[in-house]
Amino acid sequence: MIHFRNFHLRTWLLLPVIVILGPVGNVLLSKGMKDVGAEMKWNSSGLLPIFIGIFRSGYIWLGIASLLTFFLVYMLMLTWADYSYVQPASALSYAVVGILGYFWLGEAVPPVRWLGIGIICAGVLIIVGTPHRTTHPGTTHLATHGTTPQRPHQTPHEKTEKV
Amino acid sequence: MREFLLLMAVVLLGTGGELSMARAMRTVGEFGEFRLGALGRFLGRAMLSGWMWIGLGMMTAAFFALLGMLSIDNVSFVVPVTALNYAVGASGASLFLGEQVSKQRWVGVAVVCIGVTVVWLSKG
Repeated sequence: MIHFRNFHLRTWLLLPVIVILGPVGNVLLSKGMKDVGAEMKWNSSGLLPIFIGIFRSGYIWLGIASLLTFFLVYMLMLTWADYSYVQPASALSYAVVGILGYFWLGEAVPPVRWLGIGIICAGVLIIVGTPHRTTHPGTTHLATHGTTPQRPHQTPHEKTEKV
Repeated sequence: MREFLLLMAVVLLGTGGELSMARAMRTVGEFGEFRLGALGRFLGRAMLSGWMWIGLGMMTAAFFALLGMLSIDNVSFVVPVTALNYAVGASGASLFLGEQVSKQRWVGVAVVCIGVTVVWLSKG
C-alpha cells in the first residue's frame, strides 16, 4: 500500500502521465480515423459506415484505452487539485501532440502552428505558478479569501452532494 | 463551417462534462490511498453521483465530435485548437465549482487563447 500524503509529490508524479497519455491517445485516434477514411464517407454514404469503421479499427481502440487511462488519472487529480489548475497544466500535452504529429504521422506542421503551440505552453507556465486548490475538499462552496491552498491532511467526505 | 461547429461541440460539451465530473469528484473526497481495492471503492462512490453520469454523457458526445474533427484535419491542428476550452473552463470553474480564479490564472488563460488563435490561423 502506498500513501501519497505529499500534495506536491502526488501532483508532479501524475502530471507527466496526463501529458504523455493524452497526446498518444489523440494521435492513435487520428491515425485510426484517417485509416477509416471518414472524411470521404461523411460526404457520401452516411454515418453507419463510419461507425462500423471506427469500431473495427485497432488504432481507435488503443487510442480509447490510452485516453481512458488519462481520464482516470485526471479524475484522481481533481480530488485534490483545482479544476482550473489541472486543466491548464495538462495543456503541455499540446506541445507533445505537435511533436508526435510531426514525427509519427508525418504531418506538415507550419512554423506559425509551432508558434501558436509555444504561446499555449507559455500560458500554461503562467497558470502552473498559481495555487493548486482554492476550495476545500468535499465541497463546491467558495473558499474563504486568503485560505491556504494546500490542505493534504484534511479528512475527506466533509460533505456529500447529489444532483 | 462544419469544422467550427464540431469545434464548438468539442469545447462546450467537453468542458461541461469535465466541470460536472469535477463537481462529482469533490463530493467523494480526496483520493490518497493508491491500492486497487481502494481505487474500486472510490470509483464506485463517484458513480453514485448524478453529476458523474451527466459529465460522462457530455464527454462521450464531445469524444465523437473530436473523432469527426480528426477525420477532417491533422491532429497537430485539432488538439491545440480545442485549448479554447480553457476560457470556458476557467469561467465555469469560477461559477459552477466556486473556485477562486486568480488574476495570474486569467492572464495564463488569455495567453492560451492567443495561442489557440495563432494555431487556427496557421490553417490558412
